Amino acid sequence: MGLTGLFLIIFLIVHCGINSMIFFNDYGETFNHWGHLMGSNLIIRTVEIGLFVFLLLHIVQGLILWKQNSSARPVKYIVNKPQANSKWYSRSMGLLGTLILIFLVLHLYHFWTPSRFGGIADIRPLEPTTLADYNNQEVHNLYKEMQLVFQNNLLVVVVYILGVTSLCWHLLHGFQSAFQTFGLNHKKYTPLIKAVGVGYSIIICLLFALMPVAIYLNWIY
Amino acid sequence: MEHYNMNLTLKVWRQKNNQAAGTLESYQVKDISSEMSFLEMFDVLNEQLIVAGDDPIAFDHDCREGICGQCSMHINGRAHGPWTKNTTCQLHMRAFNDGDTIVVEPWRSKAFPVIKDLIVDRSAFDRVIQAGGFISVNTGNAIDANSLPIDKKDADNSFMAASCIGCGACVAACVNSSAMLFVSAKVSQLALLPQGAPERESRVLNMVAQMDKESFGNCSNTYACEAECPKGISVANIARMNREYLSAGLSSEA
Repeated sequence: MGLTGLFLIIFLIVHCGINSMIFFNDYGETFNHWGHLMGSNLIIRTVEIGLFVFLLLHIVQGLILWKQNSSARPVKYIVNKPQANSKWYSRSMGLLGTLILIFLVLHLYHFWTPSRFGGIADIRPLEPTTLADYNNQEVHNLYKEMQLVFQNNLLVVVVYILGVTSLCWHLLHGFQSAFQTFGLNHKKYTPLIKAVGVGYSIIICLLFALMPVAIYLNWIY
Repeated sequence: MEHYNMNLTLKVWRQKNNQAAGTLESYQVKDISSEMSFLEMFDVLNEQLIVAGDDPIAFDHDCREGICGQCSMHINGRAHGPWTKNTTCQLHMRAFNDGDTIVVEPWRSKAFPVIKDLIVDRSAFDRVIQAGGFISVNTGNAIDANSLPIDKKDADNSFMAASCIGCGACVAACVNSSAMLFVSAKVSQLALLPQGAPERESRVLNMVAQMDKESFGNCSNTYACEAECPKGISVANIARMNREYLSAGLSSEA
C-alpha cells in the first residue's frame, strides 16, 4: 500500500506541475508543449504503463485489506467513539479511495481517452521556432480540451472539486502513513514528514481544484 | 476534588457463553461514590444482583492497580472509558455525573471471542508470545553492571516497550482490530537489547506469522491504538517492527 502510494504521490507532483502551466496565461502554449513532450517520450510512455499497474495494485491491495479488516470484527460495538482516538479520514481511506476511483473514471474519459485514441483537436504551435521539439508539428490541443470540458459546465467543475477534495483527505493520511509502513518513525524526521505531507496534500489539491475553477470563471486564457 | 454520590443507569452486555446470543441489559445503581473505581461500582451492582438471586456480571479483573491488564471493558464507546492512559480499574466514578447512562461492552474482535458477559478470551496474545516473544537460553544471574554496555536510549525504549501489559485495548480500539501495537511492543523490547539479538530475525517473522493466523486485522496507521493504550506505548514500535520484518524477510533463507 505504501510503496504503490508513494509512486502515485510522485506521479501527482509531475501531473500537477505540468498542468499548472496553464496559469502562464499563454493560451495553453507552454502546457501543450509539455503535454506533447510527455506524450511523445518513450520513457514516459513506458512509465505510464507502470502507473496503471501500480494504480491497479494499489486498488487490489486496498480491496484485500478492506476484506480482511472488515471480517476481523464480526460483532460491532453498539456504542463506539472512534473520533476520540483517530482522525476520520484515516479510518475512511477505502471510502475516499472509492470516491477518487469514480472521479478518475470520469477524468480519464475526459482527457486520457481522447488524447490516446483521438478526439482532441490538433493545433500548430503559435511560435514553432521557439519550441524546437515540436517544430512544424501538429500537437494535441489539450488546453482546448480543458476549456471544452470545464467552460459552461458547472456540474463537471463541482464533480472535479469533490474528487480533488477526496484526494486531499486521502493524501493527508496516506503521505505520512507510507513512511510509517516502511518503518520510518523518528523523533527528528517524523514531524517533518507530517508537515511536508500536509503541505503537499493541500498545495497539490488546491492547484488541481483551481484549474477547472479558473477556466470556468474565465480567470485564465 | 469534591466528593459526591450519583445514581446511574448501566447498560451492560450480557452473554451466557460463547455460543449464546448476547444483549444489552439495563441496571440501576444508587448512591455510587465519586471516589469509587469503576470496578468497585461493578462490585456494588453484582452484590445487588446476587441478593436478588440473579447471575452476577462476569468481568475480568486482578490487580486493580493498573498493571495487570485484565479489566477489559469498552465503556461509552471507548476502551477503558473516557480517560487516556488509563485502565478500567483506575477509572474513577468522578469521570461521571449523577443521572448518566453508561454502556459497557466487551472487547470486540474475531481474535477475542467472548467467553461470558464482559470476559473475552485473549489467548491469541499468548500464542503470539509463544511464537517468539522470548529468549531461548537462560541468561543466568544478574551480571556486573556495565559489563554489557547498552545505549541509554535503547535501554529506555526497550523498557517503554516492555511496559505493555497485554490488555488488548489496542485491538479493541483499532478500526481494523489490528494487534500491531501489542506485537510490535513485544518484538521491540527484545530487539533493542543484546540478549535478544541472536533470535532477532526469526522472532519477528514467527510472531507476525502467528499474529496473522489469529485473524487480527491489518494496520492502517490510524494510531487509535497509541491514543487508547493505558501505558502510552508509541506507534514508533510499529515502525520498528516493520523495519525488523522487512530486513528479516529479505535476509531469511526460507
